[in-house]
Amino acid sequence: MQFPESWLRNLVNPALDTAQLAHVVTMAGLEVEALTPAAPPFNNVVVAEILSADKHPDADRLRVCQVDVGEASPVTIVCGAPNAAAGLKVPCARPGAILPGIEIKVAKVRGVESFGMLCSTKELGLEGAADGLLVLPEDAPVGEDFRGWLNLDDTLITLKLTPNRADCLSMQGLAREIGAITGADVRLPQVQAVDTRIQDTVPIQVSASEACPLYLGRVVRGIDAQAPTPRWMAERLERSGIRPLLAPVDVTNYVLLELGQPMHAFALSRLNGGIEVRMARAGEQLELLNGQTAELAPDMLVIADASGPVALAGIMGGLPTSVEKFTVDVFLEAAFFAPTAIAGRARRLGLSTDSSHRFERGVDFGATRRAMERATELLIDICGGQAGPITEAVAALPQRQPITLRLARLKRVAGIEMDADQVARDFAALGAHVERQEDRLVVTPPSFRFDLAIEEDLIEEAVRLFGYDNIPAQPPAAPSRMLPQDETVLADDTLRQLLIDLDYQEVITYSFVDPAWETALDPDARPLPLANPIASQLSAMRTTLWGGLIETLRHNLNRQQERVRIFELGRVYTSQAKQPMKLGGLAYGDGLPEQWGASSRRVDFFDLKGDLERLFGHPLDTRRGTHSALHPGQSAEIWINGRAVGWIGALHPRLVQAFDLPAVPMLFELDSQVLSQRALPHHASLSRFPLVRRDLAFVLDAHTPAGELLTALREVAPGSVQSIEVFDDYRGKGVAKNQKSLAIRVVMQDTERTLTDQDVEDAVQKLVSAALRQCNAALRA
Amino acid sequence: MFFVDKFEIFQITAMRNPNEIVADALNAIHASPDLPNLEQVKAAYLGKSGQLTELLKSLGAMPAEERKTAGARINEAKQAVEAALKDRREALQQAELDRQLAAETLDVTLPGRGVARGGLHPVSRTLARIQALFRSIGFEVATGPEIETDFYNFTALNIPEDHPARAMHDTFYLQSGELLRTHTSPVQVRYMQTHQPPLRIIAPGRVYRCDSDVTHTPMFHQVEGLWVDESVSFADLKGVLADFMRNFFERDDLPVRFRPSFFPFTEPSAEMDIGCVMCGGEGCRVCSHTGWLEVLGCGMVHPNVFRHVDIDTERFVGFAFGLGVERLAMLRYGVDDLRLFFENDLRFLKQFN
Repeated sequence: MQFPESWLRNLVNPALDTAQLAHVVTMAGLEVEALTPAAPPFNNVVVAEILSADKHPDADRLRVCQVDVGEASPVTIVCGAPNAAAGLKVPCARPGAILPGIEIKVAKVRGVESFGMLCSTKELGLEGAADGLLVLPEDAPVGEDFRGWLNLDDTLITLKLTPNRADCLSMQGLAREIGAITGADVRLPQVQAVDTRIQDTVPIQVSASEACPLYLGRVVRGIDAQAPTPRWMAERLERSGIRPLLAPVDVTNYVLLELGQPMHAFALSRLNGGIEVRMARAGEQLELLNGQTAELAPDMLVIADASGPVALAGIMGGLPTSVEKFTVDVFLEAAFFAPTAIAGRARRLGLSTDSSHRFERGVDFGATRRAMERATELLIDICGGQAGPITEAVAALPQRQPITLRLARLKRVAGIEMDADQVARDFAALGAHVERQEDRLVVTPPSFRFDLAIEEDLIEEAVRLFGYDNIPAQPPAAPSRMLPQDETVLADDTLRQLLIDLDYQEVITYSFVDPAWETALDPDARPLPLANPIASQLSAMRTTLWGGLIETLRHNLNRQQERVRIFELGRVYTSQAKQPMKLGGLAYGDGLPEQWGASSRRVDFFDLKGDLERLFGHPLDTRRGTHSALHPGQSAEIWINGRAVGWIGALHPRLVQAFDLPAVPMLFELDSQVLSQRALPHHASLSRFPLVRRDLAFVLDAHTPAGELLTALREVAPGSVQSIEVFDDYRGKGVAKNQKSLAIRVVMQDTERTLTDQDVEDAVQKLVSAALRQCNAALRA
Repeated sequence: MFFVDKFEIFQITAMRNPNEIVADALNAIHASPDLPNLEQVKAAYLGKSGQLTELLKSLGAMPAEERKTAGARINEAKQAVEAALKDRREALQQAELDRQLAAETLDVTLPGRGVARGGLHPVSRTLARIQALFRSIGFEVATGPEIETDFYNFTALNIPEDHPARAMHDTFYLQSGELLRTHTSPVQVRYMQTHQPPLRIIAPGRVYRCDSDVTHTPMFHQVEGLWVDESVSFADLKGVLADFMRNFFERDDLPVRFRPSFFPFTEPSAEMDIGCVMCGGEGCRVCSHTGWLEVLGCGMVHPNVFRHVDIDTERFVGFAFGLGVERLAMLRYGVDDLRLFFENDLRFLKQFN
């Protein structure tokens, strides 16, 4: 909400300068968002009249003007503006004037001495067209200081009001509030009932009385809609951000700003019969003032005449019945529409009006008649005409119930004892009725306070007026209890740290992605679409972290990064019930940063697998599987405790091409939960007996995975076998084509005794026969 | 070898003057180029049939009166040779070591070999810092879903349908009718449904608002906090949050202020401002020349919120707060463009490693 400071000062004028006032208002919860000067600083500019404008003897485009600046004799000013003409009143900067960016001096212009400058809006830094001199109204007082005459030493105050303070959405409400905060006297506008000269009325029927408990209407006949809006009113409207249009409309807008009551003026001749306030009927339409045709829904309240809706109640009037230049008779409306009947409707239609903004939050139902009188008075003052009687349709208006404020509760919530009498006085200053009882106050709020209904509302109000700054900031006292520390769960931050140590940079990418990526990575993916995305490439919830990681890779490749190793820990989304946390990673480029001491080699599957094994702290069970996003020969499913928990592999060449990548990135993604589960260590006694190592070389089909052989061996290994690991994978000379030789190291140790040659021989025999049986692997000769 | 041959010739002549032998030996020792050669020189003079050994053997044939003085002379000669050998051996060993060290000398100014290290995203870094500070006074960390229902995101937080406060939250909806949480407050509701007071939690995480411009990204991070107990007050709320901001920015003298505000789920509600950390309160672009930065919203939990989760509003009171993580990260690390956080440019991210 924006308004000129001068208007506020007219109603309440505390002894505070502008900055102090802004501070006090802000600290009372009405946040001052901006203070803007009404005009940039300039001085020594007066209202002047051009007496004559003759062509410059030596310049076609210049004119030599004789200008009355309010002094005994006119002054000569050379002017280049095309609209300079005798009889015009214009602003004139006198010698010595300082304008934004220029200082005015007596100077010769093409041989003619010029004593000042006639100004356009541009030279004064004012808004508006700058295609010539700023032409002032005929009644502008010649010789008067231009700033003073136009009240330019004013400040525009912009407030950011919270939705609970509808009562401050008017100058009257703000004045009342500032009076209560500062103790300054408040001079509200005096409103007299207008004499009724005619008896014309429009019948009013309210069919939706819950939505519209109060409706006032009045006929005013014989107005001149084209009468000029007085300068003081136009200035206040403009400085409040409303463009003056036509006097009757300006009057209703002015009353909205001054008293907070939205009003509407209909062209009487365009109304067909009586007024009915009712809910819209299915299929009804209304052409609104802004030209938009609204499709009305049955929960929208309308003002209708015999032909149908003529206004969207509390939101916007209709175009066909609006007041125009030649309107002579008007029907004025002032009503109270219940907030619940208005709220949300404007937004649904893509509208937000000064009227709907106020009705949604609550308009004072105790001041409707006053607003009607005020508007009538201003209308007749400006446009003439004669007013009829006010017709009123009234049903059950909201009641302000007494609310109890327990002083003990106030102290408990605030954390400090407040003087009860002062609290009572504060409420009274807000216009409430207060009854002081021994341990409580019983407060009946005024009609304009829609936000005061329960005890907490009063507590907030009491604390606000006491001053948040006056409440001490104290460290709370609470019993000291230690926080649980689950040793078998790895904290997310620790997991991140492990990845960082493995040379991965954390990234955070958007949870919504381009659905095309999702289906490119997994044709079976059904990413959840957003109903109102901000852009098509952010229109569906991700089902994998890979899309964001690949996009991050592309972003960085475009910025000349050649080695990218990144991870993200975040959710993927398949439904409200399923939003699991995943850990995803991508490695691209050289395995090691370029360095003198190691030859460069591109990162490969086993680099990534090694990273994950370091992350888990043990070798991984990886099994061949098919994932549409991964290279079929360089990808594997990761299994933990008999469950598939993720994927690792090289991006499928088809996608490398589709994403236009110069080389292949390696990817992994896992359920992060399985990573964070760690066993609690449990000590087992150490063996005092010697270790036995046996190296076995098996020859087997080159396509049989090493993992299969290891599984077969581990399944039959006796208890004394501590570990079975691959230490070589050899193909080539000495091994038949399509075969490979896997070298396996078996480590045996018993905790009870020294293993005999026979023990070892038996164990080896068992392993060898299992290898042959399960994997057709023979001991290499 | 030349020397050895020469000495063998001398051996035959026998009974030479020990002094001459010593002089020869010292010459040979000093001229010896390496340790193996030095051992041969030693053998030539002190070995089984070395010149001085032979001389000693010849003592037996001498008259007794001469034998004593000759023996003493020969011993002196032996000692002189042995001392020279020792010196020479040490010198040669040292030279050998020096040669080895010289050969093994590295260019120590070359960079170290190895793997690089990644780093935490600045938002994670900031979140970790916020969590550490709140954990230090007993707040537990709670998390919850990001796709939420209308009930948890709005209704349970006292934001009924069509309430103007909903316009403050530009909400993303899924086509299924669910929504992306606009704040992490739903986590508090879920937590209160399953835990009995006293409660002290913070809920960090991603939140979403349908807004994208220079100062807004459609996704950002929040930390919301909640403390429910029989006696926590607005004064406690001020105490905890002032303590947090001063510790977060490591500025004991950081000015803070609380302004009345409005949130449907708290009452009284407040906005917390801190003195501008960029200009020290002088006024700058970041604080719009006010000297203050709005950093956090907070208040006492509204009784309607407690009613939705069956907490006795007469017995318990509580306070809640919510802060934007990116905003704090920007102020703490001097980041001037919010969008940098989600572009994931490695040159930006690595500045926080």
